[in-house]
Amino acid sequence: MTSVTLVRRIKARPAIVFDALTTPEGIGHWWGPDPGPVLLAETDLRVGGQFKVRFRMLDDSEHESSGEYLEVVPPKRLAMTWRWVGDEDSGGESHLAFDLRAIPEGTELTLTHSRLHDDDSARGHEGGWSGALDKLVRHFEGVRA
Amino acid sequence: MVNYQERLDRTFAALVDPTRRAILARLEREGGVTISDLAEPFEIKLPAVMKHLDVLDDAGLIRRSKSGRTVTVELDPEPMKAAMDWLRRYERFWSASLDRLQAYAEAEEKKARKRRK
Repeated sequence: MTSVTLVRRIKARPAIVFDALTTPEGIGHWWGPDPGPVLLAETDLRVGGQFKVRFRMLDDSEHESSGEYLEVVPPKRLAMTWRWVGDEDSGGESHLAFDLRAIPEGTELTLTHSRLHDDDSARGHEGGWSGALDKLVRHFEGVRA
Repeated sequence: MVNYQERLDRTFAALVDPTRRAILARLEREGGVTISDLAEPFEIKLPAVMKHLDVLDDAGLIRRSKSGRTVTVELDPEPMKAAMDWLRRYERFWSASLDRLQAYAEAEEKKARKRRK
């Protein structure tokens, strides 16, 4: 399926990481791919509650994403729907989850952004084509490099 | 000119089917393959294979060339690379965001420890 998974080991306890993920103040410090500012962060932290984050990148482009919390289990798991607001290249509604696991040095965070494409969410999981696709692309990049 | 999103849609739609993925995987390993050779491993009839090839062709994922009576099929990886680039954009977005999250959370942890002392 069309998904992205990232794992990070963070030297901070899960409760601190969870706050960073869920409070407007926390989100304001990190959300977005470059040091451009977070302009707006709203979190109604309960199942069915909405979140909205707007940020500006260093190239002055502004982006907003919003969604609904599906699972709120402090300090272990946070899952929500995700949608880029006003982006023609959005791919529709996707699914975002953060799993936090306590480890001796702090927290192991696993981010999974899945159902990134409409076809994928509509037709379900017919096998991990993303992995197969990866392999194909790696092969060709190898050949062409 | 087909727009970017439409092209992506076609690529993803083509790749969602396991038979078509198997065909692509084989083409990746073997280069030019004839249609009857392609059909052989599957328990489906040649017309069904042809239909799958049409879908792959529409998505720009294969090229067909005819020599006499034989049609040879080859993989075209460009649309797949576009699909991967699209996925990688998400990966880059989150990877950079998580770098910042990590720095922030670790600074908060240090502050919390200082407060406790």
